Amino acid sequence: MEENQKFTFSVYTENNIGILNRLSAIFLKRHINIESMTVSKSEIENVHRFTFVVNINEVKARKLVGQLEKQIEVIRAFYHTDDEIIYQETALFKISTKYLYDEKIQTKLKFKRAHIVTITERYFVIERTGSKEDIDRLYEKLEPYGMLLQFVRSGRIAITRPKMAISELLSEIN
Amino acid sequence: MQKPFLLLLKAVLRINFKLMETLKKEDKEETSSKTLKIKGAEAVIKCLLEEGADLAYGYPGGAIMPVYDEIFKYQDQFHHVLARHEQGAAHAAQGFARVTGKPGIVFATSGPGATNLVTGIADAQIDSTPLVCITGQVASHLLGSDAFQETDIIGISTPVTKWNYQVTKASEIPEVMAKAFYIAKSGRPGPVLIDITKDAQFGELDFSYKKCEKIRSYKAIPEFDIHKVKEAATVINSAKKPFIIWGQGVIIGGAEKEFKDFIEKTDIPSASTVLGLSALETSHPLNVGMVGMHGNYAPNILTDDCDVLIAIGMRFDDRVTGNPSIYAKQAKVIHFEIDSAEIDKNVKTDVAVLGTVKETLAEIMQYVDKADHKEWMKEFDKLYQIEKDQVINDQLNPTKPGLTMGEVLGGINKETNGDAVIVSDVGQHQMFACRYADFIKTRSSVTSGGLGTMGFALPASIGAKMGAPDREVVAIIGDGGFQMTCNELGTILQAKAAVKIVVLNNSYLGMVRQWQELFFDKRYASTEMVSPDFVKLAEAYSIKAQRVSERKNLDAAIKEMMQSKESYFLEVIIEQEDNVFPMIPTGASVSEIRLS
Repeated sequence: MEENQKFTFSVYTENNIGILNRLSAIFLKRHINIESMTVSKSEIENVHRFTFVVNINEVKARKLVGQLEKQIEVIRAFYHTDDEIIYQETALFKISTKYLYDEKIQTKLKFKRAHIVTITERYFVIERTGSKEDIDRLYEKLEPYGMLLQFVRSGRIAITRPKMAISELLSEIN
Repeated sequence: MQKPFLLLLKAVLRINFKLMETLKKEDKEETSSKTLKIKGAEAVIKCLLEEGADLAYGYPGGAIMPVYDEIFKYQDQFHHVLARHEQGAAHAAQGFARVTGKPGIVFATSGPGATNLVTGIADAQIDSTPLVCITGQVASHLLGSDAFQETDIIGISTPVTKWNYQVTKASEIPEVMAKAFYIAKSGRPGPVLIDITKDAQFGELDFSYKKCEKIRSYKAIPEFDIHKVKEAATVINSAKKPFIIWGQGVIIGGAEKEFKDFIEKTDIPSASTVLGLSALETSHPLNVGMVGMHGNYAPNILTDDCDVLIAIGMRFDDRVTGNPSIYAKQAKVIHFEIDSAEIDKNVKTDVAVLGTVKETLAEIMQYVDKADHKEWMKEFDKLYQIEKDQVINDQLNPTKPGLTMGEVLGGINKETNGDAVIVSDVGQHQMFACRYADFIKTRSSVTSGGLGTMGFALPASIGAKMGAPDREVVAIIGDGGFQMTCNELGTILQAKAAVKIVVLNNSYLGMVRQWQELFFDKRYASTEMVSPDFVKLAEAYSIKAQRVSERKNLDAAIKEMMQSKESYFLEVIIEQEDNVFPMIPTGASVSEIRLS
């Protein structure tokens, strides 16, 4: 049996109600936990792009893509290993303003790409964009001090290194 | 003096007349545009008629009433069969679809009406049966409010439909219905469900209908690759012991002739899956029976001995493969398939030939050599003889006192000569029907294969009879399955469906009991069945009925049943603890098939 690894699925779909349900049902049917998911519009008008991250083996990934693509409103589905994509996640950390001038925090925040988004009298919000590991590292630095009022992280978004040729495919069909 | 006055009068009159003409015309135009405006509910019926569908099965209720009102108005063009439960309506539509190849049409109301359809829809999905199910839904302003008889049927049916859609505006109906038919019928067929809110049924639209021919995100038929066809032909031409397993794809694709031409030219022994039965006549010299858990001995054993395994329009279900990790490991596998998601899903394929089997089998004919596999075929004959001696003879010509299911099927064969549509339910009797019924025509075996839905056969036989009114339709049902949908006797009565119903009664849920006997030390947990007097029950529905419990009366009873012009009910009391053999135990390889 092949080892499990992280796969990112890019699924191009029509922009209709109920597609999320149809796609997630395929993961559910195979008893696969979705680690993260994002939906947004894509580079093509009226075409939406789902990005799923799951931890499975490649045989399963191949079968999943087949079953995803089989759905009527799915235009194309792809799966990628981490090497084949450029990917990011974004996290927001809400922290009490009393820590703002805390030296420890100051040093923790001397990370590249951690920005302060807003400062109010009561709290300030830090945004960090990067890999899941980057965000986890910052989280681990801040959380032990009990200073996190809120924490939230987005699902992965990914752009592939190889071409996906969706536009060509669509112009071919249309 | 008068002349100019008259002229003026004439002119005025003419103008008036013209004005009136124009007014009249405008009036006319207005009315004709008014007649184009119809209600959503009427549009549903008009769409069905546009698609050539004039028969539906269903059950009315609050949220679908506007559509039923139109069914009433269109009754001279559109026929509706009232089922006794929505599940029965769905199975009846499946029976119709399976014998005709056309989508079965189902109506149900919202809430329980819709949820009752789910078993039938799931059955149709797994057995690739085209259905167009139309459910009523609460008015759109009530959606999500837990209104009376509201249920999220789109959410519930998503995993078991090929496509579904909720209509909330009347104007959407023609396009959505056209899409529904296109999706249900094309490629690998399947069920679609259209949920229409009550306000969309009442709402008005300008009706015009255009059939759907393509959907940009959906490729019904995968691209045909001539290189794969040639590659497959090369492998087939070099095979010494080739073996074919065909499935329902041959029937759905209407490729019976292409299939027969192909096997006859290549002289390859061929076995069917449960759903592929009747695509090739039972008596064909190359037909070596059925594969799978209760299939024939030879094709199962030799699956693990062939050098090339050619799968045609089938999907390597686990009931076919036994343990897939040790399935046909010695063989090169060629898979002719329309659904690319089936390639490598269960069994790794060496050559995948995508496309409709009608096209790919026709295409491969010019590349395959005429071959002779008589020696290889002898191995099938040898093993068949073993199965005949140890299993088949005891079933067809039993010497023990109790009646066997096999001999009932044998008796039916004698009367029908294989020309009937056999609709079987799920369980032991189903396996006996699949193993022993003779077929001479395609689309003659209707059964619930993938889902294994007990209760399928009685309602499915109603649809089958309506789809093939000139053929005899014989439903083979167990005492368990019969009681799951025996309410549909009411549908048979009301719709005057002349189906022949055979209940093989062993007072057990026989298949489960057999497993309990073999694998659970005979602990018969909840498989013994006390049943009512089935003959009286059938007679209560004005269906002529009789019970046979002795061998000497069997043939005459079957003859009487088959000669009846109307529906007929025959109960046969079967030996209680009879088992279906051969059998592949779960997790075993197909060649470990047991004869006892």
